[in-house]
Amino acid sequence: MGEFFTLSVLVATAASAIRLATPYLLASLGETVGQRSGVLNLGVDGVMLLSAFFSYWTVLETGNLWLAVFVGLAVGLVMGLLYGVITVFLKATQGISGIGIFIFGLGLSDLLFRRLVGTPKPVRRLPNVDIPILSDIPHLGAALFQRNLLTYLAFVLVPVTALLLTRTTFGLNIRSVGENPQAADSLGVSVERTRFVAILIGNSMAGLAGAALVLQLGIFQPNLTQGLGFIAVALVYFGAWRPIGVMGGALLYGLVNATVLHWKALGIIPVSDSDLANMAPAVLTILALIIVARRVHAPSALTKPFTRH
Amino acid sequence: MLKGVIGALVPLLAAVLAFAFGATMLVALGASPLAGLDAMLDGAFGSGSRIAATAVKATPLILVGAGITIAFRTSVINIGGEGQIIAGALMSTVVALSFPDLPAVILVPLVLLSGAVGGGILGAIPGALKAYASVNEILSTIMLNLVMVQFMNFLLRGPIMDPFELEAGTRIPQTQRLSDNAALPTMIEGTRLHVGVPVAIAAAVAAYLILWRTPTGFRLRAVGHSPEAARAAGINVKRNITLAMTLSGSLGGIAGAILVFGSEGQRMVTDGSAAGFTGSAGFNGIVAALFGGLHPLWTIPSAMLFGALLTGATQLQRVLQVPAALAVALNGIIVIFVISSTPVRGWLQRSLADSGLFNRSSDSAGAD
Repeated sequence: MGEFFTLSVLVATAASAIRLATPYLLASLGETVGQRSGVLNLGVDGVMLLSAFFSYWTVLETGNLWLAVFVGLAVGLVMGLLYGVITVFLKATQGISGIGIFIFGLGLSDLLFRRLVGTPKPVRRLPNVDIPILSDIPHLGAALFQRNLLTYLAFVLVPVTALLLTRTTFGLNIRSVGENPQAADSLGVSVERTRFVAILIGNSMAGLAGAALVLQLGIFQPNLTQGLGFIAVALVYFGAWRPIGVMGGALLYGLVNATVLHWKALGIIPVSDSDLANMAPAVLTILALIIVARRVHAPSALTKPFTRH
Repeated sequence: MLKGVIGALVPLLAAVLAFAFGATMLVALGASPLAGLDAMLDGAFGSGSRIAATAVKATPLILVGAGITIAFRTSVINIGGEGQIIAGALMSTVVALSFPDLPAVILVPLVLLSGAVGGGILGAIPGALKAYASVNEILSTIMLNLVMVQFMNFLLRGPIMDPFELEAGTRIPQTQRLSDNAALPTMIEGTRLHVGVPVAIAAAVAAYLILWRTPTGFRLRAVGHSPEAARAAGINVKRNITLAMTLSGSLGGIAGAILVFGSEGQRMVTDGSAAGFTGSAGFNGIVAALFGGLHPLWTIPSAMLFGALLTGATQLQRVLQVPAALAVALNGIIVIFVISSTPVRGWLQRSLADSGLFNRSSDSAGAD
């Protein structure tokens, strides 16, 4: 136990926590935008798997990391178009159609990986970029300001998403169609168009999350996410549909994962118990859901398709 | 009449679209769709033993699907099939390890029952959490899936690991060969067809009878239709939500026991992932139930169809080197199409009703 609390291990754990929080944060922020407009997207995990595969494949074939990030984003956008048509225009039940997207992404990414790649080959990872001056702060600098650009982007997107939702007309529209679509409609806000755009934003960010996941790991394997996308959806509840709360949740998950990782490496968690330790994130999610279930107010129109009366 | 035709045609159209997508995928992967279809049909129905393998593959889908039907008809979304299968399998495995010498006539029913208990417990937890603590059951069931995978790995690499694995130090997550007295008896010599198949069919029939021929089922469906109205009628909504999830989970648990004791190796084994043990039956069962219109009896042929898709995909991989994951991708597409087609079907039926082409009252009888 004592060896965990040395400064160098703490700094390394904090650094890992922030790195591991990145895919959670990107996906959850996107899901927050979607859910505030009244659309639950349970397909995040499937979208992440697909975008992770295509990002990985892009690096494998071209070696170009930024092209890979762009491809991940584009895959998310395409899946957003699909999900938008299904839920907004065809008005399909959101919970189950999201599961359909998940199964589709799980199968297709597996299929393409086995057909196009076969055995996992490591690729170049996202390089860390030191922020001048800040990265020189003792300990703190190494933990916070020597990270990759997608991590910085994820944390910059927290205030950006918050401002988008609270300070812009579009954000007001999103919130109004999520709370009371009938009223929004009567005031001339297009419920369909607003939700569609919110879904596109949410899925694009899920796509980025998939890219971040695979480009931080530098390797792909079937079912790479192992439920990460579903935890990201749960984090939106945990964060009470607010970007800052979601960030807190993502950091907590990053910390839990990082701690398990480092404790395993240090032998604090014996190999025989490592499977039990891997239960931590999901168990924590269930506990968090129990705690927040009755305390937070979900968008009133969440999961309800809109039909004009 | 017309309403019924549309009701049947729209899901079929969804299936046709899904298969068109599958054919497109095959072309994209450089295989001929016709050769692909041929390989799949051959793999699924090419011989007596292959038909038996298809039925065996469909067995957990029938059980999970029937369970899904009970939950969905009560308006509870159970995505926890994977975890419930694992819980049932673990529970029945532990029982078989503890009482290996019981005669088969006792041990076989006992392992199936233990499976139901294990799965039932794992269903009851999210059910009670939804009913009494307002926890979203979709998220809690998915989280329990993730928990159960790790718990399975823990048990199969530790407390109930094959002692031989321990000696060899290979750490393959599997149990020893379990008591032969617990093995599900084979029904036709030379095939894999075991009693799990009729057990699953009987369970689906039981699910139908419970839902539509008992007061319990009436209460469950009343809660599913409108919790407020059910409450006003004096029905205990919370208890019924918990009950629906418990029943649903217990059917998945039986599927888990059948996967262990109907297997060739007669042991519980995984590759460290959930699908490594379940073959994703927890998700495929949802697909089968949706495709069967959330009716337990229609779930049986629907599950057979998806069982054929799975055995067919295995053959596809052998013959044309197209990864069997194609079946998973197709399943996802089918869910999307079937779900999207339901509202479309509603519009078509409503617009036909408005046009006055047929008499509404004559068509209102049915499962709903």
